[in-house]
Amino acid sequence: MKSMSAWERVMLARNPQRPKAKDLLPHIFEDFIELCGDRHFGDDAALYGGLATFEGTPVTVLAQSKGRNLQENLECHFGMVSPEGYRKAQRLAKQAEKFHRPIITFVDTAGAFPGKEAEERGQAEAIATSLKLFATLKTPIIAIVLSEGGSGGALALSVADRIYMFENAIYSILSPEGFASILWKDESRAKEAAELMECTSFDLLNKGIIDGIIEESEGGLHQHQKTAILLLKEILRKELGILSKKKVKQLLDERYKKFRVMGNV
Amino acid sequence: MNQLFKKRKEQISIVQQFFNRVVKTEVKVVEASQLVICDGCKQAIAPESIKANQGVCIHCGYHMRIGAYDRLSLLLDEGTFREIDKKRTSFHVNDFPGYKKKLYQYQQAANVNEAVVCGSGQISGVKVAIAVMDSYFMMGSMGSVVGDKITKTIEMATQKKFPLLIVSSSGGARMQEGILSLMQMAKTSAALARLDEAGGLYISILTHPTTGGVSASYAMLGDIILAEPKATIGFAGRRVIEKTINEKLPDHFQTSEFLKEKGFVDQVVTRHQLKDTCSKLLQLHQGVNL
Repeated sequence: MKSMSAWERVMLARNPQRPKAKDLLPHIFEDFIELCGDRHFGDDAALYGGLATFEGTPVTVLAQSKGRNLQENLECHFGMVSPEGYRKAQRLAKQAEKFHRPIITFVDTAGAFPGKEAEERGQAEAIATSLKLFATLKTPIIAIVLSEGGSGGALALSVADRIYMFENAIYSILSPEGFASILWKDESRAKEAAELMECTSFDLLNKGIIDGIIEESEGGLHQHQKTAILLLKEILRKELGILSKKKVKQLLDERYKKFRVMGNV
Repeated sequence: MNQLFKKRKEQISIVQQFFNRVVKTEVKVVEASQLVICDGCKQAIAPESIKANQGVCIHCGYHMRIGAYDRLSLLLDEGTFREIDKKRTSFHVNDFPGYKKKLYQYQQAANVNEAVVCGSGQISGVKVAIAVMDSYFMMGSMGSVVGDKITKTIEMATQKKFPLLIVSSSGGARMQEGILSLMQMAKTSAALARLDEAGGLYISILTHPTTGGVSASYAMLGDIILAEPKATIGFAGRRVIEKTINEKLPDHFQTSEFLKEKGFVDQVVTRHQLKDTCSKLLQLHQGVNL
């Protein structure tokens, strides 16, 4: 499917039928137990987190979660995470470190929630602190970009030892609409922006941002998710095996270096 | 095109002649009298008075934007600044349409090679690592070179055991460099995490504007966060938020004072008091640091 245009992939990434994190998790993990709240202000439905086992190994799962219907979407701001969500992720991440559990994140957001209260409660600080925390967390982290990875809101969950993307997911500095709006003051040129932005999984692999692509069958993930899930499980199995054998110092040095060289041209 | 550059250069030289780089594009020069209109109170002021007042309006106290070198000369002891990576530019980064031309234009207009100036210097005799952003260069946006220069400055602070100061002034990540710009947020934050673990002091100074990806990375990670009065500080843009919630935001939303009220800034400090405040903070950490 390499011949598809970037915009076609954006459309696939945003297809309402495309599975959300909550649809996929039961097929990947066993015994998921949801954990809620940031212990400061509230609980953000856009960040679905908890404990589970992956083929017998306890893991912490942090997933940006879009709703599957209007009601769910209103509750989770269409998957746009608020400061409480990032702070919940930080809390669960520290807990994972304490109990030596690997962390697996799922990135699926158009961006951090741009609301009044989100700003009042420190959206910028919440994202910044997540970036800093995940950089030195003493446990393996694997990030999976499921559909949409937009801006700092997505980055906050993708400072990881390994980053994989589903084939038709996109990951970019901003949504194509936002990009067109900033650059040309014209949101309707999103399609054009998408082609320029180099936001597909193949672009990101070329740029050395991600470690690999999880292949989707023709028509996208929603047409045939079983094969993609098998591929994802194989990747998790392989990478958890490699990462969990590393000494903490090596793990952290490699993670630092991974981001340190990005953009060093 | 050449004609355009020539015209632009002439305009700039008029401004620079009068301001000696203190006040640049934000201030409109009135042809007849060569006066400057303050962005805060819209009153006309003689450029010399603004310069003498560190770029602060003599009528209303509005803090106008100043370039990186002017900021450094206000903060550091005279003659102590040692710049690193002075000549680094971003021309080679990519071929995004129109990007190189823009870089060239800003280089000419802002008198810096990139949107951040980095190095070491002294504040009241205390050696510091310092990075100062220049919002006159492409709105201070952070691309790969800006991110890398800032990361190098943070690493210098960690290795040489210098306290770190970063003066932010930026619209956020640089769109033209796409995902690589975004990754600079992770890179700089990771470097700060290491400085933190080494016990280093980081004072973050927020000036107008500090928004987007810069606010959501190093700007908000200081041990101590100071802000100049009435600077715009926030993650999402005002218009985006208004569109999302479908209502108009109050004027003081996302200002320094608003952020202090909400608990995200330690102190709002005027430009005149900034060096003194930093100096006191540095003295307090002497011997404790690292």
